[in-house]
Amino acid sequence: MTIAPLPDVLHAYPCIGQWLEVIADGNVVVFSGKVEFGQGIRTALAQLVAHELGIDVGRVTLAAVDTVRSPDEGVTSGSRSIEEAHEGLRHAAAELRAALCSRAARRLGLPVEMLAVHLGEVAAPDGRRVRYGDLFDEGVATERITGSIPLRPVDGHSAVGVSVPRVDLPAKMVGQRTFVHDIDLPGMLHGRVLRPPSIDARLVSLDDDTVRGMPGVFAVVRDGSFAGVVAQREEQAVGALARMRRLAVWDENASLPSSARYMLSEPTLDVTVRNLGQGVPAGSGIAEMHAEYSRPYLAHASIGPSCAVATQVGDGYDVWTHSQGIYHLRQELAKVLRTPRDRVRVRHVEGPGCYGANGADDAALDAALLARVVPGTPVRVQWMREDEFAWEPFGTAMTVRMAAKVGARGTIVEWTHEVWGNGHRDRAGTDAPIDVTNLLAARHLANPLTGSVAPPPPSPSSGGGRNAAPPYAFPRQHIVNHYVPRTPIRVSALRSLGAHANVFASESFMDEIAASVGADPVEHRLRYLEDPRAREVVQRAAAAARWTRRVALVEGRGIGMGFARYKDAGCYVAVVAEVEVGDDLNLTHAWACVDAGLVVNPDGLANQAEGGITQAASWTLLEEVRFNASRITSRDWATYPILRFSQAPEIHIELIDQPHEPPVGVGEAFAGPTAAAIGNALFDATGVRVRDMPFTRERLLRALT
Amino acid sequence: MSRTKSTRLLVNGTIIDTAADPDTPLLYVLRNDLGLKGTRFGCGTGECGACTVHVDGIGEPSCILPLSAIGGKPIVTIEGLSRDGRLDPLQRAFLNEQAGQCGYCISGILMSARALLDRNPHASRDDIRSALDGNLCRCGVMGRMVKAIERASRDMEGDA
Repeated sequence: MTIAPLPDVLHAYPCIGQWLEVIADGNVVVFSGKVEFGQGIRTALAQLVAHELGIDVGRVTLAAVDTVRSPDEGVTSGSRSIEEAHEGLRHAAAELRAALCSRAARRLGLPVEMLAVHLGEVAAPDGRRVRYGDLFDEGVATERITGSIPLRPVDGHSAVGVSVPRVDLPAKMVGQRTFVHDIDLPGMLHGRVLRPPSIDARLVSLDDDTVRGMPGVFAVVRDGSFAGVVAQREEQAVGALARMRRLAVWDENASLPSSARYMLSEPTLDVTVRNLGQGVPAGSGIAEMHAEYSRPYLAHASIGPSCAVATQVGDGYDVWTHSQGIYHLRQELAKVLRTPRDRVRVRHVEGPGCYGANGADDAALDAALLARVVPGTPVRVQWMREDEFAWEPFGTAMTVRMAAKVGARGTIVEWTHEVWGNGHRDRAGTDAPIDVTNLLAARHLANPLTGSVAPPPPSPSSGGGRNAAPPYAFPRQHIVNHYVPRTPIRVSALRSLGAHANVFASESFMDEIAASVGADPVEHRLRYLEDPRAREVVQRAAAAARWTRRVALVEGRGIGMGFARYKDAGCYVAVVAEVEVGDDLNLTHAWACVDAGLVVNPDGLANQAEGGITQAASWTLLEEVRFNASRITSRDWATYPILRFSQAPEIHIELIDQPHEPPVGVGEAFAGPTAAAIGNALFDATGVRVRDMPFTRERLLRALT
Repeated sequence: MSRTKSTRLLVNGTIIDTAADPDTPLLYVLRNDLGLKGTRFGCGTGECGACTVHVDGIGEPSCILPLSAIGGKPIVTIEGLSRDGRLDPLQRAFLNEQAGQCGYCISGILMSARALLDRNPHASRDDIRSALDGNLCRCGVMGRMVKAIERASRDMEGDA
């Protein structure tokens, strides 16, 4: 058999014991660098390990993710966790099983081929059994992972393919301490940071003495334009911050653009994502079509504002964070705090869902900066709601210009997709040079470590280019990502990166062309889809939604479809949306079909799909970060509304299991198809096309009149 | 501090005296003095529902409720929803429906849902959706949560 090359992470952490340990009671502890933020990854990882080891899922526990013990698996992002665990952790577990079996074989005096694993034991045909716990030792732990052990096939008895309940939910239902926000260490103090009113405002003066005299205030920290307070009690810190806001005098500039369309007249770095068929003749009888689509800046808008706890210990720091990448964060903290990296210990504790890079990493630096004034004492910092809105790095606004040439019989012969946007991966620690960091507070210090470190997209189809290329077999294709480096508004990774606006644009445009040539939108897609897996999700989503009733829908109702293969290599997703148009546009129902390869946890996957569709509906219908010449003006849930219970759609998910295909993540894959499906359904209902998100009442009215 | 006027609270059936300033929002006393961390800070302005507790059986945002306004009314938090280790039918239903992702909003949503079912045990789907409009869930689990509340309502009927 052929051996797949080992993933990098198994080269960096080559020994079984770096990933897995069997402890005395026979339970298995997993050391993974992947962090939970509500996506259910810890449950899915336990399932993969349980499956390879032939043990009950309940006997697998996940160790806390901590820089002193966990493998550095980079950032938990990109819907990549299940894919990477399949390549890394699952192989480590297979290797552990083989090592335990070979030890059992020696002990039992039998060839290893005669042995089987069952419920945490190695069993011989004669009935003798040896428990994993009696076989695991230092020798096993230091054995190297070869990647040559075949993975166990998934069958009806596997821990994989089963809707194992989420391991983290029971505690969350009864209000147990779960989040970094809930940490309460002996002697812990509470900190709050005074954020400037606008991005490059400078602190001119602040009457520290008045604040120091307030009840419970321990210290006021000043370093350039960075200011914070440390107090005995949390409400005292909050009260002191409110006073600081009134006392602070700032020098503000009108540095923000008049709109996100500034990007269209900026210098750009252009990356060709795909260039096909330039030698193919364009043919005759050609009609040309053009359309421009956009999305605004979007907030991650976690329900809980960012939080961290830090203690200065000697010349180092202990930090508790809900960062998606604790090793990257450690590197950046060490840089700003000017201390060796190995003196900073970063531990992950769950946080509220983040959907990308929000303020989590920034809050960790805030906590460390405040902890410096009280060495040895833990300081907990939580951002205020308005600061989370004003200062989290947003998902960049994007503009997409589409063009097509349509030949005889409505055939698309040429397809052009050009996208403009800032970077999508300006995360703490990603590609940052040594004298620059993205961490927020660093730019406000007297000696700032500042600057845009936004690197250009590393490969054509990532970042803003993600899903810019169509999944369809058009003979001539020209796809360009116009990357805009200047970021007057702070941005970073938001769930699905460029795929949201790219798929919205291209799947809307597909429908515009279908309408112009009188084609059914589903038939129109199938005409250009060659991949059988792609065709199947489109057909099954249409069937689930009873697509053919489309022609008979009552006035004001409509249905539309959106399709994508996420990142061109991930899961296949087709979404059908049904909308009702009244004063507002309501998404009443959504049907989706998804093929994500091997399904590890069907209900977990469905939960991610439902959440992905609902959140995408919120983005598409309601969300836009607003700003004026100097300030972000979306500062609360009234100025940044998101979808509420009474607006949530009914959702039906169809899963296609492909036991012989590797598993891929789904959380991010629904953003684009959902947005397009809603826009297409709106057109179906009204004959009107809205090309700019969000589809607010004002935009609807303008389009309809 | 010279003001040491203490406030008497009845939280989950236990009498507690707190020396916190009477202007202090209940949320901070619950979390930091009583160690009841299940009630969570979301916005501090009563807009998101993450900090919802029951005050005399009514769902209230504890982040904007000063101690001085409570006046001895009984308070129930998420930690008081289950009794003697027995989960509330709502908690069981949420687990059965796997109605959660990150879980930060869940305590508040369970408390709002409990208050709803207490006053309207046969709440319709529309009743549930509008009663929960003050609670935000960013992960987009609203559909599952509505199903879980309907399920709890049916289960309670069966128990009665």
